[in-house]
Amino acid sequence: MSTSISSERETFRLSMLLNDKRYRSYTFQAFALFVLICVVAYLGKNLVENLAAAGLNISYGFLGEASGYDINQRLIEYSSQSSHLRAAFVGILNTLLVAFLGCITATILGITAGILRLSNNWIVAKLMSIYVEIFRNVPVLIWILIINSIFLAVLPQPRAFKGENPEASMLWDMFAFTGRGIYAPKPLFLEGSVVVVGTFILSILAIFALRRYARHKLYSEGRLINTLWPSLALFVIPTVLIFYALGSPIGLEYPELKGFNFKGGIYARGGLISLWFALSIYTGAFIAEVVRAGILSVNEGQTEAAAALGLRPNFVMNLVVLPQALRVIVPPLISFYLNITKNSSLALAVGYMDITGTLGGITLNQTGRAIEAILLLMLFYLIISLGISAIMNIYNRSIMLKER
Amino acid sequence: MKKTIFFGALAVAGLAAGIVSAGTLDDVKARGKLNCGVSTGVPGFAQPDANGVWQGFDIAVCRAVAAAVLNDSDAIEFVPTTGKTRFTSLASGEIDMLARNTTWTMSRDVDLKFEFIGVNYYDGQGFMVKASTGITSAKSPDIDGVTVCIQTGTTTELNLADHFRSIGMSYEPLPVESGAEAVTQYMAGACDMFTTDRSALAARRANMETPEDHVLLPEIISKEPLGPLVRHGDNDWADVVRWTLNALITAEELGVTSANIEEMAKGTNNPEMNRLLGSEGNLGEMLNLDADWAKRAISVAGNYGEIFEANIGSGTIIGLARGVNAMWTDGGLIYSPPFR
Repeated sequence: MSTSISSERETFRLSMLLNDKRYRSYTFQAFALFVLICVVAYLGKNLVENLAAAGLNISYGFLGEASGYDINQRLIEYSSQSSHLRAAFVGILNTLLVAFLGCITATILGITAGILRLSNNWIVAKLMSIYVEIFRNVPVLIWILIINSIFLAVLPQPRAFKGENPEASMLWDMFAFTGRGIYAPKPLFLEGSVVVVGTFILSILAIFALRRYARHKLYSEGRLINTLWPSLALFVIPTVLIFYALGSPIGLEYPELKGFNFKGGIYARGGLISLWFALSIYTGAFIAEVVRAGILSVNEGQTEAAAALGLRPNFVMNLVVLPQALRVIVPPLISFYLNITKNSSLALAVGYMDITGTLGGITLNQTGRAIEAILLLMLFYLIISLGISAIMNIYNRSIMLKER
Repeated sequence: MKKTIFFGALAVAGLAAGIVSAGTLDDVKARGKLNCGVSTGVPGFAQPDANGVWQGFDIAVCRAVAAAVLNDSDAIEFVPTTGKTRFTSLASGEIDMLARNTTWTMSRDVDLKFEFIGVNYYDGQGFMVKASTGITSAKSPDIDGVTVCIQTGTTTELNLADHFRSIGMSYEPLPVESGAEAVTQYMAGACDMFTTDRSALAARRANMETPEDHVLLPEIISKEPLGPLVRHGDNDWADVVRWTLNALITAEELGVTSANIEEMAKGTNNPEMNRLLGSEGNLGEMLNLDADWAKRAISVAGNYGEIFEANIGSGTIIGLARGVNAMWTDGGLIYSPPFR
């Protein structure tokens, strides 16, 4: 590049770095970079010197030592004898779990509320405005605490299920809703369950194939095939048939009250539920606004044209408006997903042990390795956030306006 | 992006390693104020009263040091710290000393580079349960599967894991950030059991509406020597804090009280008392303080025993007996090296 410039006409002079428009921006950027490097170097030197003066050093050796503490929600095998590194992994999985659940429910809530807010029904539209304004304008930590307190206050404690005439009873003897969380039956996979699961997966694939076929028919012949009932039938019938044909190979483990708590079954802790619910409704309110903006961004002519073609309102929304609105909706949606992930670090408020609670909380405290733990924590959130944006950017590219 | 992480981390590190080299005693004198790290509120130990004035057993140590160094027991900036933030606050120089029922452990002393200057309360970890559960022992098989509220970032977390491991039973920890919040959760029924130092349990229980509905289990599962601490490497400052605490203890041993201190300071025929109160010798000078330092420290709220009785003793709602925290002359563990 430089050769083409210099060979043009005049030779390069030093003053051109400031006076010449072609070089000026580079000069400023180089200067800014130089200042940044100096500041970083100063902070780095400060850190190393002060740590040395205090007789400390940076070391990640603590990750291999036994953690010594227990964690309530463990998605992988873990005990107080496991290493700090494993405790961090338990925390990472807990963070990912609540972030994943939160993203899904926030999206469903947000899209529903966003569309309904534009409803012609005055009451529905106003109700949705109230939802959005209330949940968007109160900090999420407060929502987490409010939901957790309501959860604790409204639902009975496990001890209420005890005795001859218990104050509370289980729903169909399967579900127990307690202030400490919700217990549900857990599937037990016995011999032959592989076939049932396999059938189920095959019928899901068949549903996709059916829908594809229906779309193909619609585009090529203009014939609209109703896929709802065949899909439902495919979803239920083969699996149920195989299930009974093989003599019910999948059983259920029911939660049972033993001592202080229920045992067995799937246990969704109150902390997880409060956090998940709070993050969902809070972020859902933001997503609703983005969805509304996206829909409004689609020219009204599109709706009118679709209506003129005789499409029913829900087809207008699903086939014409939403696909175009998605181009506006998806980019901000990425940052809401990132927000859910990062806001999940408020988990300790409800005793949910996420990565901030394990690595950035107990491990940091017990080992005193604050700088090391915080650096790792930042690295983790950075990787997760970049991962989410990468996935969402791929999706964004797939729904972008394709110019042919 | 990468740069941003480093930048942030280094900023954190820069804060964390702030002022380590300067002499803390000189800093405090120049500032005219002692920055004392305390808890966010434990009844009897550290809690603001109705007028917003900090009161308590740990607070009294801060006040004694401020009186000894600055001649003003109110020249203190109380910095409330949580179990999680306390060590960072101290290491970074945000506070000059930490008086926050902190357990003296080897790793905190050696690895975290702190200097525990003594023990002002010998404690042990205990359990509190609702009387209605019928539990009478923390070792009974009935407690299998119990949900335990626990203050995160404390030694109690590790002791609890060890205890349940040793009795071979399962439990469900419910980590909470502060003691007050743990009580809220415990009262709401989110947990069946609350564990922390027995002194704090007694304090919390005393503050409940119906203390008789809650029982402290007899087991003590750990040793928790609680004491004030300062940063490693500033021995002059550590000496000042250490000997201020020792002065309070020695005062009780010698019978110096807030009532008779003016009288005693004029000079007595007990040489150690004279050295303590400055009418003889140059102990204050050795600490870079004046001769009256210990007299001022004791004058604030009296000797160790008076402070104990006024804040957490049997006459207060906390109602703790002296027990192992009695003077060594009464068969307890409270003991000070001689003032000589």
